[in-house]
Amino acid sequence: MNPREEVLRPARRRFLRDAALLAGGLVIGFRLPEKGGRAWAAEEAAAGAAKVYPPNAFIRIAADDSVTLIVNKSEMGQGVYTSLPMLINEELDAPWERIRVEAAPVAAVYNHTQFGIQLTGGSTSVASSWEQLRRVGASARMLLVQAAAQRWGVPASACKAENGRIFHPDGHTSLSYGEVAEEAGKLPLPAEVPLKDPKHFKWIGKSLKRLDTPEKITGKAVFGIDVRLPNMLTVLVARSPVFGGKLKRFDATEALKVPGVVGVYEVPTGVAVAANGFWPAKTARDLLQIEWDEGEGAALSTAKLREDYFALARTPGAVARRDGDVASGLKAAVKAVRAEYEVPYLAHAPMEPLNVTVDLRPDHCTIWTGTQSQTLDRMAAAAVAGLQPEEVEIHTTYLGGGFGRRANPHADFVTEAVQVAKAVGRPVQVIWTREDDLRGGYYRPMWVDVIEAGIGKGGKPVAWKHTLVGQSIMEGTPMAAAMIKDGVDAASVEGAVTLPYLIPNVQVELHSPKHPVPVQWWRSVGHSHTAFVVETMIDELAHLARQDPVKFRLSLLPHGSRHHAALQLAAQKAGWGKVKPAPGHAFGVAVHESFGSVVAEVAEVSLENGQVRVHRVVAAVDCGRVINPDGVVQQIEGGIVYGLAAALHGEITLEGGRPVQSNFHDYPLLRHSEMPRVEVYLVPSEAPPSGVGEPGTPPIAPAVANALFALTGKRVRRLPFARENLA
Amino acid sequence: MIAFTLNGRPTTVEADPGTPLLWVLRDQLQLTGTKYGCGIAQCGACTVHLDGRAVRSCVTPVSMVSGKRVTTIEGIGETPVGRAIQRAWQEVDVPQCGYCQSGQIMAAAALLAEHPHPSEAQIVAAMDGILCRCGTYNRIRTAILEAVKGGV
Repeated sequence: MNPREEVLRPARRRFLRDAALLAGGLVIGFRLPEKGGRAWAAEEAAAGAAKVYPPNAFIRIAADDSVTLIVNKSEMGQGVYTSLPMLINEELDAPWERIRVEAAPVAAVYNHTQFGIQLTGGSTSVASSWEQLRRVGASARMLLVQAAAQRWGVPASACKAENGRIFHPDGHTSLSYGEVAEEAGKLPLPAEVPLKDPKHFKWIGKSLKRLDTPEKITGKAVFGIDVRLPNMLTVLVARSPVFGGKLKRFDATEALKVPGVVGVYEVPTGVAVAANGFWPAKTARDLLQIEWDEGEGAALSTAKLREDYFALARTPGAVARRDGDVASGLKAAVKAVRAEYEVPYLAHAPMEPLNVTVDLRPDHCTIWTGTQSQTLDRMAAAAVAGLQPEEVEIHTTYLGGGFGRRANPHADFVTEAVQVAKAVGRPVQVIWTREDDLRGGYYRPMWVDVIEAGIGKGGKPVAWKHTLVGQSIMEGTPMAAAMIKDGVDAASVEGAVTLPYLIPNVQVELHSPKHPVPVQWWRSVGHSHTAFVVETMIDELAHLARQDPVKFRLSLLPHGSRHHAALQLAAQKAGWGKVKPAPGHAFGVAVHESFGSVVAEVAEVSLENGQVRVHRVVAAVDCGRVINPDGVVQQIEGGIVYGLAAALHGEITLEGGRPVQSNFHDYPLLRHSEMPRVEVYLVPSEAPPSGVGEPGTPPIAPAVANALFALTGKRVRRLPFARENLA
Repeated sequence: MIAFTLNGRPTTVEADPGTPLLWVLRDQLQLTGTKYGCGIAQCGACTVHLDGRAVRSCVTPVSMVSGKRVTTIEGIGETPVGRAIQRAWQEVDVPQCGYCQSGQIMAAAALLAEHPHPSEAQIVAAMDGILCRCGTYNRIRTAILEAVKGGV
């Protein structure tokens, strides 16, 4: 096959190729959608009604014994193309080396079991699929066994299946899965699907190599930006430099003279330049003369927002948690402290800039993109295209990082791309430059926090009042009704209301100012800042109480709690209290629960020329039962690096309504030379699996800040550290 | 018309001489393994070899490669160093999202071609320009050392 064709329509081509190859041998098989997505609609309706997960939506076994697993979560690095196949295959038991993975199309059968739409986020991919995909695998195996048993005329209960083969009760006759797959596919789904006792797990709990590695080390992995269609144009959009600004007028005379430029179009988000390739599109976009009506956004600046936020923090907010009486608690305190915290807007900055490829036809729209949010994207695309959702087909490619940005609840990048396709009238690939990405908003909100807390006679905390000021992410999204109650966006206060320490008087208040800077979930969402605030303040209280930070925390955590266990493990592995840090080094600790998992981190830190240097991070993780241990380690390593990059360097600031930073020279990420050694330890657990993609991120900033305090005696209450004079 | 050797094969392209090599590779030659990340030589996702040395193709005008040898991720596996590195990358399971890995592998291959037994400082110096957002740096270092151990 021509490699360009392969890139062209990956999923569709594979359907066709497989169907042709197998000609009737294809079983437990997907039936090919007869026309576009319409056949899917019927399946969606059926699946939606019955709430069953037919194995044929997730598993294709061919006569040649190849096994294709269809994964309904987007692979953005977090390893779902390995961990989710492991769940299916624990019950299916096919030879691992025969397994291939394919991205699911959009259909209700692929909806998230908790969210009810197709979405990858919230560190839930494994947790939400844990039961579902094992049942899928078990159902398929039952059907395969039954088909073999029928062929042999023996009871199914006397046969067993293992490693891709079904064994006859005689002990030596066997059939491969592929040999009975066609018959198995015609059998009705079993009503009862028992699952394995975990003590018989064969794959779950073992470190398996990622299935996506070979493609990713040879340049063959197809990311959204790599999709190539015949007749496709590359489009760059000039968007308002100020959030909420509107196009007034533009002059494209010079832009249109650039060789390779095909056209310049007005679109709802600005001015689109379509060209044969990125370079002419970029060159021409730089030559556009545009006048914007900047609107109220032009008045925004970080300085003004800080002022407003601090003013708000002095007024009563919406109450998110109230235990006891915080005012009298503070009055009764022997020692008290009031601290103000600030964290900036942050961009997700995935290495692959946003991009969407659209082929819009009168009766059909095909989209290729690395998205975390297929259902909402499809609805938005359909609305723009004037089509039914089932007339929109989305091919989810590999994502060159997501971190939340590729699950935009307003479907911003997909909506715009379909608008562009409409204007241009040819297949388009809309690419965001790095500058577009960093200046395009949908940031982790900027936050101002104030905590007043006090300790009593025995050194135990007696009162804790936490006020948070920052924009609501959920406001104005389809999730608002579920997430915002009594003026409190649960995502704003997560990690603050869930304070794990035993403190009798606690009050948490929230202000959610509204202005035009678009905000969005960023790896670990609210926890990305609440862990910093809470865990550095707890450290302050430990210091006030003249206690060791680990011992102080342990004394406030219920014995036998997951926090207690994770904190102890991290402290022990780091040599806390036993090993003296190297001269000029200090340890800091933090523990935080997010996405159902508890992570404790100990950071070893020094200062080099006034700059923070993190040498080593020891993490202990309780994420319930572990599916792929090495995969969990990768995620925690990644979460730490993501949080550390932000803590050391990350900030988007605004002047005259414009984001100041534009590329990696002024929005630095962590580099090789800054990378600490990372050790990850897993707390043994048989509880159902919980999240790992995000929970590694929250504890790192406070662990480093607490180490800096141990080192310098100076409390850092603002991020990033690069802003502080620590010398 | 600009002529050069691409992954061992003679290649000619019609392009404005100022066009960055990156876009000639991706948009004209359909070699999409080399990635765009920043366009200003800050992230290294676009790293390729020019006469065996690692360069950032996003700021290398195509005119500069005239008469030279260009190697990309699609061709690096044909060299002994490239093969050893890819094997080590597989062994250590380096990639997460994978987007930066072409650049990481090309930078590592250029390093080991020049210094088969690099010091820690040489590794950091060669790799520091290649950003990874997923946190694979430690695995990259482990994999480079694996490749060294395996002999390249």
